[in-house]
Amino acid sequence: MLNKYPLWKYLLVLAVLMLGLFYAAPNLYAPDPALQITGESSAQVIDEATLKRATDALDEAGISHFGEVIQSDGRNALIRLRDRDRQLAAQARLSRALGDGFIIALNLAETTPAWLSDLGAQPMKLGLDLSGGVHFKLEVDTEAAVERRMEFYFNAIKRSLREERIRGRVALEGDRVVVAQFRTEDDRETARSLVADNHPELLLDRQSSADTFSLRAEMTPETVDEIIDYAVSQNLTTLRNRVNELGVSEPLVQRQGRNRIVVELPGIQDTAEAKRILGKVANLEFRLVARPDAEATDKQRFEYRSEANEGMFEWLERDVIITGERVSNAQASFDENGRPNVQISLDSEGGTLMSRATRNNIKRRMGVLFIERKFRTRYETAEDGSEEIIKVPYDEKKLLTAPVIQSALGAQFQITGLDSPMEASELALMLRAGALAAPVTFVEERTVGPSLGAENIRLGVKSVQYGLALIVLFMILYYRVFGVCAVVALTANLVLLIAFMSMIGATLTLPGIAGIVLTVGMAVDANVLIFSRIREELREGLSPQMAIHSGYGRAVVTILDANVTTLIVAVILYAVGTGPIKGFAVTLSVGILTSMFTAIMGTRALINLIYGGRRLRSLSIGTDIVQEARS
Amino acid sequence: MKQINFMGQRRLAVILSSVLLLVSLGSLIVNQLEWGLDFTGGTLVEVEYGDSADLDAIRSTLETGGYPGALVVSFGTDRDVLIRLPADLDADGNEVLQALRGSTSDSVELRRTEFVGPQVGDELREQGGLAMLLALGLVMLYIGFRFQLKFAVGAVAALVHDVVLTLGFFSVLRLDFDLTVLAALLAVIGYSLNDTIVVADRIRENFRKLRRIEPVEVINISLTETLGRTLVTSLTTLLVLVALAIFGGDMINAFAVALIVGVTVGTYSSIYVSATTLLAMKVNKEDLMIPVKEGAEQDEVTP
Repeated sequence: MLNKYPLWKYLLVLAVLMLGLFYAAPNLYAPDPALQITGESSAQVIDEATLKRATDALDEAGISHFGEVIQSDGRNALIRLRDRDRQLAAQARLSRALGDGFIIALNLAETTPAWLSDLGAQPMKLGLDLSGGVHFKLEVDTEAAVERRMEFYFNAIKRSLREERIRGRVALEGDRVVVAQFRTEDDRETARSLVADNHPELLLDRQSSADTFSLRAEMTPETVDEIIDYAVSQNLTTLRNRVNELGVSEPLVQRQGRNRIVVELPGIQDTAEAKRILGKVANLEFRLVARPDAEATDKQRFEYRSEANEGMFEWLERDVIITGERVSNAQASFDENGRPNVQISLDSEGGTLMSRATRNNIKRRMGVLFIERKFRTRYETAEDGSEEIIKVPYDEKKLLTAPVIQSALGAQFQITGLDSPMEASELALMLRAGALAAPVTFVEERTVGPSLGAENIRLGVKSVQYGLALIVLFMILYYRVFGVCAVVALTANLVLLIAFMSMIGATLTLPGIAGIVLTVGMAVDANVLIFSRIREELREGLSPQMAIHSGYGRAVVTILDANVTTLIVAVILYAVGTGPIKGFAVTLSVGILTSMFTAIMGTRALINLIYGGRRLRSLSIGTDIVQEARS
Repeated sequence: MKQINFMGQRRLAVILSSVLLLVSLGSLIVNQLEWGLDFTGGTLVEVEYGDSADLDAIRSTLETGGYPGALVVSFGTDRDVLIRLPADLDADGNEVLQALRGSTSDSVELRRTEFVGPQVGDELREQGGLAMLLALGLVMLYIGFRFQLKFAVGAVAALVHDVVLTLGFFSVLRLDFDLTVLAALLAVIGYSLNDTIVVADRIRENFRKLRRIEPVEVINISLTETLGRTLVTSLTTLLVLVALAIFGGDMINAFAVALIVGVTVGTYSSIYVSATTLLAMKVNKEDLMIPVKEGAEQDEVTP
């Protein structure tokens, strides 16, 4: 008999729907506003006493809270609040009560029941435009990393020539080429094999003129790519560490494209603080103070950084002993006289380099350079007469201190001579979070306040509701029983869409919600196509059962064609779009896929249940207004 | 069933489309687009005052506070204020907020800030244009593969028509063209195609079924047969879009408007533009004689 599904098809539709309900369920549980407490350093453990102090402070301020819990072996604690509006007040309260040793972060705590989360069901993550928070996009100055490497080659080649007593002049030509000039061809050949042995990754090229023999060394494109890649991934790690220092509950630090990094910090309000910590390129260089008789080409002049020493300067050697990248830990502390200092630990390679450089230079002084990325503004008149403002980044290198080397230094030593405990702790923070391998600039910044985020959710939900209501009304009035089936399928589609988004861990954004609304409108299109086809077949004189059968069969091909093109566009959107737009592309494509299942198989199952397998005289599918009027 | 003589009116449609296209292109050349922050770069700050905000006072505060050239408008209600600063100021949203707070005794709550560097804006514009061309190209390829070259040209003519008119709408009314509008435009490309495909599908079917009838007639019959569902599918989509435009809030409004315009224009173009293009290219039954998927269609006739 026509229009009966085999049992397994009904069961399949039912099973998919149940699965969808299960995975969509966590989204029904609204998260609680909460505060997360973490220790400033990883060693800090949060115990019951600390938690007690925190809850007492909240009680005192009359802020109601519940569900306090210490998580991951005292690494952090969570306090849930009753009232979202008082989250900020509570945060301020706790910061004061617990003091500087702790970071208090705003958080939204999940309320998914254990039996759901045990089975892997999680609510959708909310994008920043819904949860509130900060979004940064940083660009890594990969050019600077390449230059820095070239500088390293320059120094290394010069040193090895000197050690091998080969006479020649070494110079940097532009940013990418080191040129060494020799008097004799023999010298050049020895130098060539020396450099080739030490740095096989360099491309070497001979050039000769009347009385000079020169050797040009430049990096292969692969090496340059490697440096860029390394710089970006190193920065990624560093930024992750710095973000952790900020104590945000669910941060996102992600590479985007060749040289960009996206940082998203939900719940953060103070962008200035976040930017200061993230963007500050603090790097260190440790160099010996030059001997008075050093040649001018071997030394550089640096001014002191602190205001107390303004105008004073030192000459430092060009050779760098180590840079901040070798620093594995740094802690602000005080010496026996109560003066602030920073205790520095180096990694093993840093330790070796440091001890090699210092053991023969005791009683000489070592300068510590602090390097910060800054901008110089330049005004240029463009061809069309308008004035252009050009910001040129540059590294400002200033001397922090130049202490006398008291003994051979190893992997552990300290920097003294800092102005204040504040400066010491800031420097320690920057060093501890690791140095950025290459400078970064902020190319994009977006902040959404918590009130706007909540409002966006409310508006989004409202437009889904109203959109859905309009569709439900229209479909039932226009298609009667068939319309009811379409509406049931549409609701199932929403459930499946949300379930699928939750399962793949997609992030819901405001454009994502718009995508859901649009999906609601488009999902019924498939049913409209099917139903109007069935009406047509009825008019052609087919029996109701035949009309259903052939209506579905013929419309499916059209639906497929139409949806494939929308999918193509959604995929392009995903590839091109950033952040929120990606959210739109995801909901749109997922919605199309789920709607094909519900609008075709789902409604068919329902219609088969209602009409299938029996003799029919008519179908309750409404009348086609446009065509009835004319025929 | 009676058929409507759609194609009899096609001269009128060509004139209407041409006028609209010319107005759109003219406006795009003269007015260009009001590029949103995503594309121009710059800083945007949205704040909410406790009481209705004095825009002039805010302007002068910003002017003297080192932010010349600030665009200050109210946004939604008279308590919400949107401030846009040019890219070359390199202004920090938080500092602007501090300046505003310092100048008034009223409460100033931060709603959102956005800062986009100029290099990102340029890139986005380039990528956006590229995405649009890519979408058009791929879609044309798909239709050429599934139907026939003349259909692909017809469909793309309709799509270009829709995109240009929607862009023209934004240009004439000087509405902000931001990233969400670009997304909407791409969605329009995908959506407008749905209708065009439904029509094309039927035209193909009828060319094979009604062998002795003139192409103009075939197209008229096909359009009449599909008119009901073309209108209803557009209507359902427009219903939700109107809900989105009214209730979705300011951040999503431009997106909804772009889609509403695009879907409306797309419905018209799927009836007139693609079919007229087909006729202009002298589509005939020989074009469709090679059955592409005949098997699938014949299956269904046997119970």
